[in-house]
Amino acid sequence: MFYRECGNYKDTYASDMAVFPIPLDRYGFIVMLILAFIVIPWTASEYWLSNIMIPFYCFGLSAIGLNILAGYAGQISIGHAAFMAVGAYTALILYGRFGIPLLLSILGGGIVSGAVGAFFGLPSLKIKGFYLAIATLASQFIIQWVIVHWQWVSGGAFGTVETPDMQIFGWELNTPVEKYYLALCWLIVLTVVAKNLVRGQLGRNWQAIRDMDYAAEIIGVNLYRDKLIAFSVATFYAGIAGALITFCYYGAANIEEFHVMVSFALLGMIIIGGLGTILGSFLGAGFFVLLPLFINRFMGIFMEVVPSEIRSNIESIIFGGLIVFFLIVEPYGMARLWQTIKDKMRLWPFPY
Amino acid sequence: MTFFFEVTINGLLVGIMYSLVALGFALIYKASNVFNMAQGAMSLFAGLALVGFLYQYMHLPLWLALLCTVGVMTIWAYVIVYGILRPLVARPPAMMFMATFGIMYILEGVGQSIYGTQAKGLNLGIPEKSFEVGGILLNTFDLIFAGVAALFVAALVWFFQKTRNGRALRAVSDDHEAALSVGIPLLKAWSMTWVIAGIVATVAGVAWGTRLGVQFSLGYIAFKALPVLIIGGIDSIPGAIIGGLIVGAGENLGEVFLGPYVGGGIQTFFPYLLALLVLYFKPYGLFGKEIIERV
Amino acid sequence: MLRAEDITITFGGLMALNHVSLEIYPGEIMAIIGPNGAGKTTMLNIINGFYKPDAGRIIFEGKEWPKKMKPNRIAAQGIARTFQNLALFKGMSTLGNIMVGRTQKMHANLFSQGFYWGLSEKEEIEHRKAVEWIIDFLQIENIRKTPASMLPYGLQKRVELARALAAEPKLLLLDEPMAGMNLEEKEDIARFVLDANEELGYTIALIEHDMGVVMDICDRVVVLDFGNKIAEGTPDEIKSDPKVIKAYLGTTGG
Repeated sequence: MFYRECGNYKDTYASDMAVFPIPLDRYGFIVMLILAFIVIPWTASEYWLSNIMIPFYCFGLSAIGLNILAGYAGQISIGHAAFMAVGAYTALILYGRFGIPLLLSILGGGIVSGAVGAFFGLPSLKIKGFYLAIATLASQFIIQWVIVHWQWVSGGAFGTVETPDMQIFGWELNTPVEKYYLALCWLIVLTVVAKNLVRGQLGRNWQAIRDMDYAAEIIGVNLYRDKLIAFSVATFYAGIAGALITFCYYGAANIEEFHVMVSFALLGMIIIGGLGTILGSFLGAGFFVLLPLFINRFMGIFMEVVPSEIRSNIESIIFGGLIVFFLIVEPYGMARLWQTIKDKMRLWPFPY
Repeated sequence: MTFFFEVTINGLLVGIMYSLVALGFALIYKASNVFNMAQGAMSLFAGLALVGFLYQYMHLPLWLALLCTVGVMTIWAYVIVYGILRPLVARPPAMMFMATFGIMYILEGVGQSIYGTQAKGLNLGIPEKSFEVGGILLNTFDLIFAGVAALFVAALVWFFQKTRNGRALRAVSDDHEAALSVGIPLLKAWSMTWVIAGIVATVAGVAWGTRLGVQFSLGYIAFKALPVLIIGGIDSIPGAIIGGLIVGAGENLGEVFLGPYVGGGIQTFFPYLLALLVLYFKPYGLFGKEIIERV
Repeated sequence: MLRAEDITITFGGLMALNHVSLEIYPGEIMAIIGPNGAGKTTMLNIINGFYKPDAGRIIFEGKEWPKKMKPNRIAAQGIARTFQNLALFKGMSTLGNIMVGRTQKMHANLFSQGFYWGLSEKEEIEHRKAVEWIIDFLQIENIRKTPASMLPYGLQKRVELARALAAEPKLLLLDEPMAGMNLEEKEDIARFVLDANEELGYTIALIEHDMGVVMDICDRVVVLDFGNKIAEGTPDEIKSDPKVIKAYLGTTGG
């Protein structure tokens, strides 16, 4: 009865195409914004802000990028974490070494990452499917090697660069809350942009490429251009996410944080969360970030201190198990589950 | 000049071992059109299981331990095929590909839960002597494993080309639903493939485990095999062999002759660079089957 | 309007088209018929740029196309296409599918789309209007939000036709638009094809197996058999051509 479309008439195309056609959805979104901007920063502990929310936002952003590339445009990519690294190091160099303002540095990280991504996206013009997936893996290893060995970038054999103190327009950012807001603002803006892109002609072209690329081309979609744009946008998001997580969470750019298993984890996130949806990117990222906590709590019932080995093994098993589970049961992930719940709610209390 | 040959030959020997790993991938792809990201994890599990049978939990003689390991991998093959692949038969192949990621995580988690995460040495009593042939330094260890790998490769080629089962497997890989509806025992065929792949994984796990020790990074061997597959063509067994040789030799030559100029450590990505190069000229690898799309 | 000269293409050992020439005149409805395997779809694929012929050339509106012209540039010239085995984008709704058909006409750039201001917003609404007109024209209003994968076969074919119409092409290529339909559905599609030709002024070339349809709505017919053109003319001429009858043993006319 609450969640319905009856009486909800749309009389212009514009309102029919709105992001939240159902009023309750709109209110729900506003509630979430209030939660994010007001409730959480005031009530959550520092631990939660720094170690849960910020990584959640950053991985969510990166997952949006990967979802655009793999979920919407259908180009499977298993090297995404490397592009986060590109963004991280670029932003650090711009800010720490050249003194460019923080916000611009982060943006620069994204732009450079986008450019590198377009370059590594070139194989997609000739190859598809598994061959392309392996080619993207190549980008992971190549970028990793370049960062470690290019002294100018990494300043040393270990590829670690510490972040200097952060400030925007003279205002110092050193508390978790302030860093939280920084990440959140970038997240909101970029999520809105992503949502617009995938709902627009570009998003439709991408889905066309994903579903039947030869037909799309014959109909007039410019495959080369749109595929490369997909790569650029996806790696742009990864770059920003990498820069943010470095500045706001890790505190130092360390290539080890962006190795191939992280790329796999991102893929797992969007599978579990929901391919081809923006919401799914967040659900998957949230799941990934919260999983270790749940396991800790759960195992805490059985033993005093949970050794990290056991925890990470159980994580692996559950993560892998859920990937398989979702693929079998609900290939469109949690987002589709949520959609189904909402659809049922639209008709509640009637069963159909 | 002999140095060049030495580097090349040693590279080739390693290359055959890469081919072995790549073969596991190629097999599964040939039979079920699925790229098994979990192949490396399978090798790791096999290595762990073998160590478990040999030293960690029991002290079985080598032949029995090997048999038991193969048995364990067979159980996994059936679990994977009937538990995970069967429900996904009618779906796009990309989904099975993603499922193999899940399998990878599960195998790693279970493997390390049972056997622990410390690196283990695997000593099978294989002699490790260096000797010279015509001015080139060789190692018995490498030669023996290269020989074993070569034997395996030959056996698999024979199986797929000459035996009825092998040909049937090749036939089912293209269209799962059609094969099922015609009555071909698809799942039995897949089980057989995965068991064989498991055996290949075992051999690879043993070979590399002896070389590097059985530990988590053994799973990364798979990453070396992937460029092999690209270069050779994902579904080509001769391609896996040639690709392996090219990668092995190329990697070694690259590291020795180019490495010093750029700071070393080239092996991690040089094979991938080679792969990208090959892809530019031959998008399906040197021997891969080209997919012609019908509009 | 479009002239294909001397097109030859071989696949492996099979010569799919052997020095075939055909011409499509502006404003007409032309049919390409022939037994299965004659090379009809291949011909359309070549026109669309999906295959490159081994020999021969295509001349459209007086200008010859370069050999390596990409399919989307060919679409930009004003050629639209439906497919024999349906090539709908299963992940999208009807509306989404048809909107993709407008892709050549939408020019908002990345930033405009990302922030949904200015040109992007204007274009979305403008093209939505055009697409709605087509939905109206083909009478598929009630399924506009349905995911394409959930549509029955007949409606899927109609959506594909809508998508092709959305491009407002000069030349519309239809590959067996009525395959697998019953009489009523065929009549519907035939009516739409005629309307598209008469009301909207599109030139249409279609591949069809149902001779009745061909006789009724087409102005001219080209007959292919095993990669060769064996006859060309009006439906009546074709009906009585002995070569055609031989190739088509047992087909009903009229």
